[in-house]
Amino acid sequence: MTRIARRLLAAAALLSIPAAVSAHRLWMLPSTTIVSGTDSWVTIDAAASNDLFFADHQPLRLDGVKVWQPDGSEGKLQNGSTGRYRSVFDIELDKAGTWKVGTQMSGVMGSFKVDGVEKRVGGRGGPPRPGQPAPLTVADIPANATDVKLTEVSSRNEVFLTAGAPTTTVFQPTGKGLEFAPVTHPDELVAGEAAKFRFLIDGKPATGLKVTVIPGGKRYRNDEGARELTTGADGVLTVTWPTAGMYWLNATTTDAKTTTPRATERRLSYTTTLEVQTP
Amino acid sequence: MRPSTFALLGGVIAAPATAATVTVTIPRQNVAEYHRPYVAIWLEPAGGGAARTVALWYETKKTGKEAGTKYLADLRAWWRKGGKAMTVPVDGVTGATRAPGQYSVALPADLRPGRYVLSVEAARETGGRELVTLPLTVPTAAARASGKTELGAVTISAR
Repeated sequence: MTRIARRLLAAAALLSIPAAVSAHRLWMLPSTTIVSGTDSWVTIDAAASNDLFFADHQPLRLDGVKVWQPDGSEGKLQNGSTGRYRSVFDIELDKAGTWKVGTQMSGVMGSFKVDGVEKRVGGRGGPPRPGQPAPLTVADIPANATDVKLTEVSSRNEVFLTAGAPTTTVFQPTGKGLEFAPVTHPDELVAGEAAKFRFLIDGKPATGLKVTVIPGGKRYRNDEGARELTTGADGVLTVTWPTAGMYWLNATTTDAKTTTPRATERRLSYTTTLEVQTP
Repeated sequence: MRPSTFALLGGVIAAPATAATVTVTIPRQNVAEYHRPYVAIWLEPAGGGAARTVALWYETKKTGKEAGTKYLADLRAWWRKGGKAMTVPVDGVTGATRAPGQYSVALPADLRPGRYVLSVEAARETGGRELVTLPLTVPTAAARASGKTELGAVTISAR
């Protein structure tokens, strides 16, 4: 692996944008998704790794993590900490209903050449790192640049937590990028029962979208256990759950509907972690 | 509040002599650390529909940060079927946890004739969780089932 590729990979992990070179999966793992009572807290691990859900590679940076309260307004992330392999933070579910926690990132990545020298655009999100130059942006591409290759990247990585009765306000689509519009509430999943989730691209049903579903606990079985599923004509994915547990779900696709000048491709990704209960 | 909540809140009013009774056995556990189980008993129409909680036994005295309601979601099936939308306590429905033994609970007297599914779920701290379901036909109520670990015999009989 070249140095640049390795750096890109790490950057992609931190940015929570899956680069083509990266096989590492970005995940958030809530301690529970369903809570009762009057003093409800959920603690969440966030990391990038190959095996789910074992933190052994890179933490997910917390700068981009947001909290949506059941009414859609912004909530608070508490006790955030980033370790060597994973980040940890808490959410106090002080309002009844379904909360959304996660990252929504968009940016432009790519490269161009000036006088035969290749330079990269984007690739590292968050605040500037001390001692390192700020990454180049689209605006930094000079007029004499050649071989301009730009890709728009847009990704979401979200988990849903419910205190008391589930609500659906946080599923309201924005109409931008790849979004999750569940038919079955993601906090009402039961082993043996089929769940239906609709996916939207720019607010329209994402037909024929490829979705990967992988159960957690990889280290304690031989199989990867990944299932490759596809959404139907109405953008709806049907998933059955063989056993209870935590599942990682990811959908990734590309299209050419770019808005950035000279960008030729748009890469869209959606990730969530789902808890499936015993019947 | 959703309409189904109403059905959940409607508890057992003074049951007339014709009403049916469910008898639930909480078995004695041979364990070092024992806590009384949380137990929920509820009814659902056999063809689907809103669940109606008949009884809910939980740690009612705890208050503050570790209030007993924190573990209501451990009665997973009951929580999903309707507990999540219920405000506790409910007169005539909720009560304190029970020690091992046999307990009789009157089923609602205003049940319309028809087929139902009666569920009994028990979840015990540092112990297991078990769900026992049995069919219930109103008005000829008589059914019997048994749990294996957290619940003993569950019987429905006309009283």
